[in-house]
Order: sequence, then C-alpha cells, then structure tokens
Amino acid sequence: MMEHWIIAPIIVPALIGPLIVLTMRHDIVLQRVAGLASGVMMLGICLALLVSAAGGNVESYELGSWPAPFGIVLVLDRLSALMVTLTAALGLGILAYASATGWDARGRNFHSIYQFQMMGLFGAMLTGDIFNLFVFFEILLIASYGLMTHGGGRMRLRGGVQYVIINLAGSTLFLFALGTLYGVFGSLNMADLAERAAQLPAGDGALVRVTAALLLLVFLLKGALLPLHFWLPNTYALAPAPVAALFAVMTKVGAYTVIRVFTLVFPETLAPIGGLISSVMMPAALLTLAVGMIGVLGGATLARIVSFAAIGSMGTLFIAVSAFDEAGIAAALYYLVHSTLAAAALFLVVDQVRARRGTSALTLQAPMPGGGLVSALFFAAAIAMAGMPPLSGFIGKLLVLDAVRAETWWVWAWAFILITSLLSVMGFARAGSALFWKPHDASAPADEGFQDAPGTPSGLGVALLGGVLALIVAWTVAAGPATRYTQAAAMQLLDRQDYIHAVLGTPAEREARQAAEAAYDAAHAGDGATPQEGH
Amino acid sequence: MELLVALSIGVMTAAGVYLLLRLRTFPAVLGLAMLSYAVNVFIFASGRLVIGAPPVLGAADTMTDPLPQALVLTAIVISFGMTALVVIMALASYLNADTDLIDIEKPGEQPEIGR
Amino acid sequence: MSLALIAALPFLGALLPGLMIRAGRNTCATITFATTALALTGLLLNAPAIWRGDVIIEHYEWLPQLGLNVNFMLDGLGFLFALMILGIGLLIITYARFYLSKDDPMGSFYTYLLLFQGAMVGIVLSDNILLLLIFWELTSLSSFLLIGYWRHLPEGRQGARMALTVTGMGGLAMIGGMLILGQIAGSYDISVILTQGEVIRQHDLYLPALLLILLGAFTKSAQFPFHFWLPHAMAAPTPVSAYLHSATMVKAGLFLMARLWPALSGTPEWFWLVAGAGLITMILGAVIALFKDDLKALLAYSTVSHLGLITMLLGFGTEYAAKAAVFHIINHATFKAALFMTAGIVDHGVHTRNIRLLGGLRTVMPVTFAIGTVAALSMAGIPFFNGFLSKEMMLEAAWEAGPVIAVLATLGAVFSVAYSLRFIAHVFLGPVRQDYPAKPHDPGFGMWVSPVILAALVVVIGIFPQQTVGHFVEIVAGAVTGGHPHVHLALWHGLTPALAMSAIAVGVGAILLGFQRRLAPGWDAAKRPEAKAIFDALFNGSVRAAARVTDSLHDGSITRYMAILTAVTVAYGGAAFFTGGFVPGTRSLLPVGPVELVFFGLLVVASAGVVVVHRHRFTALIVISIVGLVVAMTFVQFSAPDLALTQLTVEVVTVILLLLALNYLPKDTPVQSSAGRRARDGVLAVLAGGGVGALAYALMTRDMSLPTIADYLTANSYTGGGGNNVVNVILVDFRGFDTMGEITVLGIAALVIYAIVEVVLQGPASRRLLNWVPDMPQAFDRHPLMMVVATRVALPIALTVGIYIFLRGHNMPGGGFIAGLVVAIAYLTQYMASGFAWAQERQRFYYHAVIASGVMIAVLTGVVSLVLGWNFLTSSGVYINIWPLDEIHLASAAAFDLGVFLTVVGAVMLALASLSRIGRRAGEGVNLTAMDIDPLAEPPADALSDNREEN
Repeated sequence: MMEHWIIAPIIVPALIGPLIVLTMRHDIVLQRVAGLASGVMMLGICLALLVSAAGGNVESYELGSWPAPFGIVLVLDRLSALMVTLTAALGLGILAYASATGWDARGRNFHSIYQFQMMGLFGAMLTGDIFNLFVFFEILLIASYGLMTHGGGRMRLRGGVQYVIINLAGSTLFLFALGTLYGVFGSLNMADLAERAAQLPAGDGALVRVTAALLLLVFLLKGALLPLHFWLPNTYALAPAPVAALFAVMTKVGAYTVIRVFTLVFPETLAPIGGLISSVMMPAALLTLAVGMIGVLGGATLARIVSFAAIGSMGTLFIAVSAFDEAGIAAALYYLVHSTLAAAALFLVVDQVRARRGTSALTLQAPMPGGGLVSALFFAAAIAMAGMPPLSGFIGKLLVLDAVRAETWWVWAWAFILITSLLSVMGFARAGSALFWKPHDASAPADEGFQDAPGTPSGLGVALLGGVLALIVAWTVAAGPATRYTQAAAMQLLDRQDYIHAVLGTPAEREARQAAEAAYDAAHAGDGATPQEGH
Repeated sequence: MELLVALSIGVMTAAGVYLLLRLRTFPAVLGLAMLSYAVNVFIFASGRLVIGAPPVLGAADTMTDPLPQALVLTAIVISFGMTALVVIMALASYLNADTDLIDIEKPGEQPEIGR
Repeated sequence: MSLALIAALPFLGALLPGLMIRAGRNTCATITFATTALALTGLLLNAPAIWRGDVIIEHYEWLPQLGLNVNFMLDGLGFLFALMILGIGLLIITYARFYLSKDDPMGSFYTYLLLFQGAMVGIVLSDNILLLLIFWELTSLSSFLLIGYWRHLPEGRQGARMALTVTGMGGLAMIGGMLILGQIAGSYDISVILTQGEVIRQHDLYLPALLLILLGAFTKSAQFPFHFWLPHAMAAPTPVSAYLHSATMVKAGLFLMARLWPALSGTPEWFWLVAGAGLITMILGAVIALFKDDLKALLAYSTVSHLGLITMLLGFGTEYAAKAAVFHIINHATFKAALFMTAGIVDHGVHTRNIRLLGGLRTVMPVTFAIGTVAALSMAGIPFFNGFLSKEMMLEAAWEAGPVIAVLATLGAVFSVAYSLRFIAHVFLGPVRQDYPAKPHDPGFGMWVSPVILAALVVVIGIFPQQTVGHFVEIVAGAVTGGHPHVHLALWHGLTPALAMSAIAVGVGAILLGFQRRLAPGWDAAKRPEAKAIFDALFNGSVRAAARVTDSLHDGSITRYMAILTAVTVAYGGAAFFTGGFVPGTRSLLPVGPVELVFFGLLVVASAGVVVVHRHRFTALIVISIVGLVVAMTFVQFSAPDLALTQLTVEVVTVILLLLALNYLPKDTPVQSSAGRRARDGVLAVLAGGGVGALAYALMTRDMSLPTIADYLTANSYTGGGGNNVVNVILVDFRGFDTMGEITVLGIAALVIYAIVEVVLQGPASRRLLNWVPDMPQAFDRHPLMMVVATRVALPIALTVGIYIFLRGHNMPGGGFIAGLVVAIAYLTQYMASGFAWAQERQRFYYHAVIASGVMIAVLTGVVSLVLGWNFLTSSGVYINIWPLDEIHLASAAAFDLGVFLTVVGAVMLALASLSRIGRRAGEGVNLTAMDIDPLAEPPADALSDNREEN
C-alpha cells in the first residue's frame, strides 16, 4: 500500500532543505551528509513507487483529504514513477559529484537550494492539478536560478539574468494559459479537465484551442523546442557543468508535461483540438534536431557542443512524441531516459576537462593530466549521445525510427534522424580528436580570460562519471524490460480511463459517494458550526 | 465595464511586452512587473466580474468565485519573490560585468569562466 | 563452443591487455593471442557440423518488441569469414608484437585490436540484421581508434576521421535500409529474410532498401566512388593495415553482399549497381596502384582493385560467379596479408616504403624476397599460385557476362599483373643500392613466421586446390547462393577463353611494367581530383558553415529571442482561436460608473507613462506604482478585499526593493535600439496586448458552460475548513499545498539572493563598490528626526495590526501573508529611518533561521496530520473566543498560516539585509544610533567589517 508514500519524495527535501539552513549552514561536511542522505532516501522511495506503479494501478492521493476535483491530488502512474526515479537517481549522482569535486563549496546555500530543486522536480512530476503544476514549476525554476548562478562569475551572472528573464516570461505565459483554462473549464484538476473537455459546448471550441496552444508553448519553452530553444545554449554552457548535468532532466520536465497534458486533457481525438498539436510539433521537432546537430558540428567549446547535443536530443524525443500513439510515446520515454543520462555524462566530462584545462575550448591547449581515462569516458558518452552502437542511444534511435514508420511523414523523420546522426558523429569525432588527440605543446597559450580551474580533477568525480555511464549501459542491456515498461506506460496514458477513475472514482464509486453525501447533509442539517476532525 | 477591464489588461500587457523587449535589465524588470499586474487581473477576471459580493461567508447574500482570487494571491506572492530575485541578479551582474545590457555578444567566443 | 561465447570472447579479452600492460609487452601479446586462439578453437569445434553442411543457430531475447535479438547463425559463409578473422588475427598479433616499437603503448593497441576483432566476428555470426548493424558500427568505431593509433601523426588523425565519417555514413544509410528490409520480410532474422527473396524483390521499397544497404556495403568495402578513404587509412601501423585491409574490415561489405545474395541479387538493378561499381573499382584501383611509389599505397589500391573484382563477381548473380567470388576471397586474404607484412618488414628494415628508394633487396633480405615474390606472383595471377585459379574463374565469369565486360576485366587484370610484378621488380630485383636510409636486414623469426605461413598456404592451395579447399568452397558457395553448387577446382581446365585472357594479361602486363618508369611522370603531372583535399574541404567547409549558422542563429540576443517568443505566441494562439468554433458570450454586462472611468483613464495614462518615461528610472518607478495602486482599486471594486490588501503591501515592498537596488544601477537608460526596432517591438506589444485583451473580454462576457468547482469550496469553507473567508480557507486548507509551495518559492528566493550577494562581495564587484561614488545628490540629514520618531511610534502599532490581521485572516480579509508583509514593512520603515545596521542591532533572530523555521512549520503541520493517520495537510481545529478579538479558529490551519507569516517576514528581511550589505560595502554610512546627531555613540570596530555577518 503505497498510499502515503506518494507524498514522501516532496516532503523529504522540503524538510531537509530548511533543516540544512537552520542547523548546519556553516558546516559543509554536515550539509553534504544531510544532502546525500536525503538523496538516498528519495531514491529509495522513488524505487518503491516505481515497483508499485509497475503493476499498472494508478494511485491518487488527496492532499488535505479534500475529495478530487476540489482539492489538490498527487497521482502516481507508470509515467510519473519512471520520471521521479530517473530524477532521483540522477539527482543523487550529481549531488555526490558536486560534493566530491568541491563545487558545492563555491557559493552559499548550495545544498539547501539543491534539496528544493529536487522538491520542485518531484512535485511537477507527481501533481495531478494544473495550477499546482505551475507552483512546482516555479519552485524548480527559482531553485535552478540559484544553482545556475552558483559560484558566480561575470559571464555566468549575465547568463543567469538571461535565463531568469526568459523563464519569467514563460511563467507569465503559463499564468495567462491557466486563467483562460479556468475561465473555460471551471476546474483545475487534470482528470476533471479531461472529462469536462468532452462536455464543453462547441461554442467554447476556440477558447479550448487557445488554452491548449498556450500551454503547449509554455511546455515547449521548457522542452527547448525550436524556435523556443534559444535560451538553452548560453544557460547550459555558462552554468557550472555539474548543474548543467542536472539540468539535463529539466528539459525533460517540459517533455513530460507535454506527454501528460496532451494525452490526458487535450488528446488529438478531442473534437476541438484536431491536428492542432502534432501538426506544429512534428516539423518543429525535425528542425530542432537539425539545428541541434549542426550546433554539435560547429560548436567552439565542448560545453556548447554538448548543449546543442541536448537540444538535438529533444528534437528526436519530440519527433517520437508527435506520433501520439503507443509506439511513439513508448519510444519517446525510452529515449528520454537515455538522452538525460547521456547529456548528464557529457556535461560531467566537460567539468573534468575544465578542471584539467580551465576551459573546454577546442583550441590547442597545454597537456591534460590524466586525459587518457577522461578521453575514454568521453568516447563512451559521445557514442551514447550520437546514437552509435552499442549503447542505448542506438536502441533509442531504432525505436524512434520504428515507431514513426506508420506516420505519413516517416520519410522526413528518417531522413532527418539519420543525416543528423552523421553530423553529430562528425562533430564529436572532431571535438574528441581536438581535445584529446592533438599534440599538446605546453607552450600553447592558454585561452583569453582563463581563470583558475573550476572543479578539481578528483578521482571520485571520475568514478561518479563512470557511474552515470554504467547507468547508460544498464539501460542498454535492460532494453527489453525497459521498453516493456515504457509500452505499458504509453498504453496507460492513451487509455486515460485508469487515470481518471483513480482520481475521480469509477462511475459506481461516484454515485455511492454522492448518495453518502446526501445522507450526511440530511443528518447534519443545521450543525455546520463544528468542523469535523480531519474530514 | 467588462470592456474597460479587458482594455486595461490589454494596455498593461502591451506596455509590459514593450518594456520586456528593451535592451537593459531595469526596463525589462519593469516590463515583468507590468506583465504580472496584467496577468493577475486577467486570472481574476477569468472568475467573471461581480460587484459587492466578497467571498466571505455572511458578508453578502451572493458571492463571487473565490478560487481565482486564491490563485491570484499565490501568483502575486510568487511573482514578488521572482521580482526581488531578478532585481538582485541584475544588480549583481551589473556590478560584476559593468554593463546592464541583457544580450551577450558572440556567446560562442566568450571565454569560459570557472568561478 | 557456443557462438555467443565465440563472439563475446574478444570483447571480454579486450579488457585484459589494457590492464595488464604493466606486466610487460610479452604478457600483453600472449593474453591477446590466447584469447584469439581460444575463440578460434571454439570456432573449429563447430567445423565438423559445418562440413556436413549444417547451419548452427542460437537465439537469445534482447529487445523482442523491436525484433532486435541476440541471434547468431553459423554456416559456411560465416565460418569462412570467422576463420579468416581469427586465423589471420593470430598471425597479426604475433607480427605486431615485434613490429611495434618500445614507445608505442601496446596495451591500448591490443585492446583496440580485440575490440575490432570482436566486432568483425559479431558481424559474420549475426543472424539478426539489427544486431549485425550494431557490430557493423562497432567496426567503424574501433577502426577509428586503430587507424588513429599513432595520434601524434596528423595523417593518422585525419585518416581515422575520414574512415569514420565515410563508413559511418554508410552505416547510417544501412540502418535505414535494414529497417525497410526487415519490414518487407516481416522479420529482422537473416535466416528468415533469406527465404523471402521473391517477396523482397517484388516489393515497391526494394530499390530504396537496396540502395541504402549497398551504400553501407560500398563505403565499407571502399567501392567506387567511396574508395578514397582506404589509402588514407594506411597511416595506421602496418599490422593494422594488414589486418583491416586484407581479411577483415573491407571484407565486411563483401560479406554483407554475399550474405544477402539470395534475398537481393538476381535483379537488373542489382546487376548494374553491384557489377558496375565493382568493375569500375577494379580497373581504377589497378591503374592507380601501378603508379604509387609508397609500398603500402600500392597495396592499398591493389586491395581496392581486388575488392572491386569480388564485388563484380557477386554482382553477376550467377552461381559460378559466386563460387569464383568465394574462392578469391580466400586467396586474396592469404596473399594480401602476406604482402602487407612484407611491406612492413621492408619498412622496418630499410626505414622507407618509397619504391624509388628501394630495389636490389633480393640479396640482402632473401627471406623477405621469397615471401614477397610468392605472394605477389599469386596476386598477379601466375599459375601454381592460388591467385591464378580464382582470377581465371573471374575471367571465365566475365566472358560469360559479355564481350564488353570481358575486355574491361582483362584490362583490369593487365594492370594488376603490372603492379604485382612491379612490387617484385622495383623492390627486390635490380642492383643493390648503397643509399638505403638504413642497413637492410631480414627480420627475426617473430616477424617473418606469420607471412611465411600465409605464403605456404598460397602455394599449397595453388597446387592442390580441390584437395585443400575444394569442398570448403562448395559449402561456402552453397551458403551464399542458398543452393547446392558443385565445385571442381583444378589447375588445368583446358584451352579456355579465360586462359587466353590470363595469358594476354600477363604478357601485356609485363610489357606495361617496362614502360612504368616512363609513364610515371606523365601520370604524376596529370590533373586528378585529390580525394583527400576534396574531403577535407567538405569536412572543414561543413564545420565552418555549421559554426556560422549556429552562431548567427544563437547570437546571445535574448531580447531577440523574447521577440520571437512573443511573435510565436501571438501567431499560434491567434491561429488556434480563428480555426476553432466560437460563440460569443451572452452574460449580462456590468454598467460603467464615472469612478471606474476615472480609474481606467488613470491606468491607461500611467501604463503609457511608464513606457514613455522608462528611460528615467526613478520616475518610471513612481509611475508604475500608480498602476499598482489602480490594480489594487480594481480588486476592491470587484469584491476581492484580500487581493487588494496583498497587492498594496506587495506594491510597497517591491518598490522599496527596487529603489534600493536602483541606487547602484545606472539611473537612466540610453537610447540604443533603432527606430525600426522600436517600431517592431511596438507592433509586437500591441498585438500581444490586443490578443490578451480580446481573450479576457471573450471570457468575461460568457457564463461558465459548466458549474465550477468553486461552489463546493464555498459550501465547505466553514464546515470543512472552519473559516468564513473562503479565499483564506482555500489558501491554507483546500489548496494549502499550493501555499506551501508558494512560501517555499519565497524562501528559496531569499536564499538565492543571499548567495548571489555573497558571490558579488567576493568577486571583482566588491572592488568597484569599495570606491563607489554616489551618483545621486545625498540628503544632508540621512535620518531625519521627525521620520525616526514617527517610525518608532509606528512600529508597535504596525506589529499589533500585523498580529490582528494574522488572527482574523481566517474569517475576514487578512491572513499570514498580508500580516507578514505588514510587519516586514514596519521593519523596512525602521531601516529607512535609521539605517539598516541600527535596525538590525535591535532584532536578535537570524533571517535564514526565520525562513527555514517558517517553511518547516508549514510542512510539519502537514506531517502532523500524517502522523495522526490522515492525509498530508489535513486540517483540524477548534474555535475559541479571545476578547476583544473576533471568534478565532485555532486550527492546524493557523499553525500553517504561522509558517507563511514567518517565511514572508524572513524572506523580505533577508533580501533587504543582502541589499544593505552591498550598500555598506559601497561605503554607505553605518550608524548604530538612531539619529546622526548622537555625541555618545562609539561606533564599534566590527561595524564596518561585517560583510560576512550572520543573516
């Protein structure tokens, strides 16, 4: 019975965060211990949630015991379970890395902000209430502002300003969308919205479409889909590399919300929606993929190259999502996990390179101590990211290619995916041979603006980077079970009934409840003065 | 009346967007403030306009929709926090970089900075 | 032995050399050798079954949903290739041990070699084309490492990059082809696909599939026009060349064509594409080879030529041609590997591979001479050597294919004879020279044993073909064609046209060699497209183009991105609206009174004013606060007292923060953006405003189509939430979870602000602050007496009001948030009156702690209900009356509200404190007394040095 455990991933960081601020603000070691302990707890809980969700039953948790749709609910289904587990695993790894390399000590309040970051991510993935989703978006965003500017530095602060401003614009757009949504639907609970969407009169169709359109833009801004991806390169390249590695999961929140909201509330089968979503999303995804991989080929620093690789992977991801059928979403989910891990691994490589070089620029540099191991890790991570065999990237690509075969636009998808793969292979080969193979003459002048090396080339850090790669290998080997799970998740999403019934109750249950309420009101007519304890 | 409110929302939004597209941080912050005014009224209006019916039990016989008000309250608080943050960040980046321009020229060629 | 194990062994073994390198080079080589030997033995254990013509199949599930499974199949064809890969692998490993010099990292070399070997074995044993694809790309990657092994050589790096790009491209094309093929055949298993030949050839997608697959095969096997990468891969150490380009990598393409022969061959498309490419490649390679002076280059192009030959045979699509192809694959592997090793030995002994510097090595390097001659004669197709037999079969097949092809094939043979004989004549024959770069000498046993074995094979097969490999060729050919061909290999077939053609080839070839030295200058002078130059131009060109595109798209101009965001939103939102069904609302509208009109006018003017004066920042700040006030008034007017209160208090705090920040920002905004740009922004702004306004109007003028959930909230506000102020009950109870998140945001904001200020005070900014010159006229009296007194009096009142608002919040407008702001403002006024330090001296708690405890209290109230067995944040409570206040609902909700209150106060004050620290770093006076005029005050030492004090 996972009932109360659903809330745990949110409560744990919500308590540990303040606790760190309250009791251990000046002891970095204590902070690390507390942060990692909380990380382990969260991972454990999320794994438990994953196991319980794998069975296929959707769990709804009514906060404050207020019955849906009137209160806020958290919902655990296969999709959210997968997302929180991925987040918890990556979060723990990155936190360990940041602690091992001393990144966490480069500014104040890192560990507490990190806890809140996790809280925001978990909340956004678990909530079943669209306004509550906004709130958790804000939590994870404001925490990410803190992490992005952690340690400061001229360019980083400027990048931070850019990141904050564009996201504040996005939040405002989100609010406009929510205002419209409430004005049309008169509800905020996603399951309830799904039912109301079908009941609305045709006269509201245009407003429903506007709501869907605005929400899509909000989520795609987060998911960095062309032409809303522009914020990403500067943000990721200027953020501390470990933070950028964590951000690999942030774009996926955008993907998650698209998948969630546009399978549940605004499916294309819904009369007013029609082809509104995929007709726009698919071409955008193709272009995103192209722009991303072109960036990989043309990037001047490894940090930027990886950032563009992240953009490109979002393109591939959304191509699969655009199919909005079981195969497509299943492939998208498999690829989502893969691309998150691959991007994270590459950003950790960036940190290792910077730690040894001070910069990840592809220009001729002084020799790199311990470069051999790092180059091997880079090679592996790049293979994964470029979608070359034998790692999960290749399997993910095959799944996507296979999934869109039924679509009318499959030729386009195939052409873009295969050609851009070549671009990324060329790009990473270029980057790798420039960074690790060029003869290193020590006399080569260091880059302009070179400052003391960020991060420290700690063996533990490299080991943790290896750990992320190990996860990728595991995801590859376990491709069979993994895709079985993602297919089940996709089926659950497209069916919708499991979710709606779990939140609002099956028709039978609802009748029963209404009857009970009627009886209760009859009995307690008059004595409304004393509120019941914990109704 | 509704027309006036709609117009006001429109005007505030327009002003906000225009300021948001300026080149320097401070106007952008003003723009965000304007936008948050606009969006707050917008959400509030999505509950429809009612006069003399505050959402307090027993205050009046009819009652306006309380939910949008609660949402707006949350939105106000959050945007307050965000505004405070963005102002400080703008200040910090100005003090560090000696410019309050938002745009970064040639990001591809900017030196990477560790700390 | 299990096929899976055979394929896995090299990969498992690959770890060892890298790790064991410290144990010495011999250990390293031995381990590698042992691994390969083990795999080979495992393979040979299956030989009897293969000899009987059986097919061994192993299936393991990996990704059944996709049809990607670990399925292996071993038949004659796979056996032949596996045998070559592992057998020649053994010889190469031995050879390399003695070839590599001391300063070459041998561990990584053998690791790469085993990786590559494993990938190759995987290809030839796969029974699943997706699995085959994986191994296929692995060969590209591992050969990238091998070719670039000497990473200090630019040729090495570039050659590796070129090989990876070209073969990688082919591989990607093949992914598409294989997927289509699998779709057509209904399975990705080769054993199934081979039975679907008819279906496949009839299918509409046959041609695309064929093209994509051939693209993969041709790039791998260096067929025209993709032949150019192979010679550049010669930058690799000779053992690598000997391995990759005799028996393995380049043969992978041939293997694939042979493997899929039953499924794809037999159509005109197949004939023209495959045979055509093969024929061209054969001739082109042979011609170029004749004029190459670098031994390895000569061999490289000869390899290209021979690959073309075999491709052509496969292209013919006849059974006889298939037999010839198989036989020549065997023969080519033997003599070509031997030749590469010979070249390596020469290079090793004489320190040059340039034929012009060589010659006359016959006497000084007899062993090498013997090996080289045998192998080269076989390559030339001289009787008694195996090359002769298969080449004659080739000519036979060509003859059957028609006169044109026959002539061209003979032409190719002529050149191949010429360059083969040149390998002997210009390197070993002729007078001994005195000007060798190094003293020539035969190598040690370790280096010549491998080629000798191969040379021996060349001869044995050449003389006793039927007895040695006859049956084997039959089995393999059977596997290729899917039939049961009869093979009879013999030295003498009687006087056949093929024999004549060989004779011509040998004769003319010999003569041609005589003219080689005279033709060479002409050839060198002739203008030819230089493949490498073209490739580099393409590669670097595309990199530059990519960089240009990327940088011009992502020029760091967020303002442009914002414009795009706005435009996209307006466009998409508008499109969505106008393509949907819309019925205008029928809600009865409210009348407009004079007051509303006035306020509306004020709002419009103020909003416009902000835009107009935004360059004068202080003014803009004042004007914008007017907008805020009008908004608050709007809330009052439309029955939202809570909103009005909140809006007002927030307004005050925000403006104060902005004012303080503005102290250290430029006071004016210079005109920078062009008129055109301003116009663009104006248009965007109007569009956005219009859209939002219209949307709002559309909403306000229609009734809700469905009953909202708010009715329930109103109904249960008192009974369930225990409060009359529904908004507040929603905040602390119905949607308390939102509020919890909302105060968390505030808390985080404060933490981040603090962290950022910390960083600023560390960084270069702090220097700028230290010599800060106030750019605003400073009031003489910074802390005017009247204000100080007023605020002192005001403080207790403000606090009382705050508490009152807090307590009554549940039933009337108010609540923790507004209360928190009121109290915060009270403190702010203290600050403005007497300076921050003074105010701070007089409050004892740390803002971080206040924030943290606030958030924790809020969360813990939720946890309490968990402990009580209810859901998180379930409220409970009782009513009590405290005179003179109204009835108070002392509930868990109240505790929750307390958390809100504390967080708000803490957050505001921490933000303020952080700002003030910038202020004091900038030298803003610190006075610990209430007013400037205080003779008794002794400013304590730490007053000025408190940039790290507790907050």
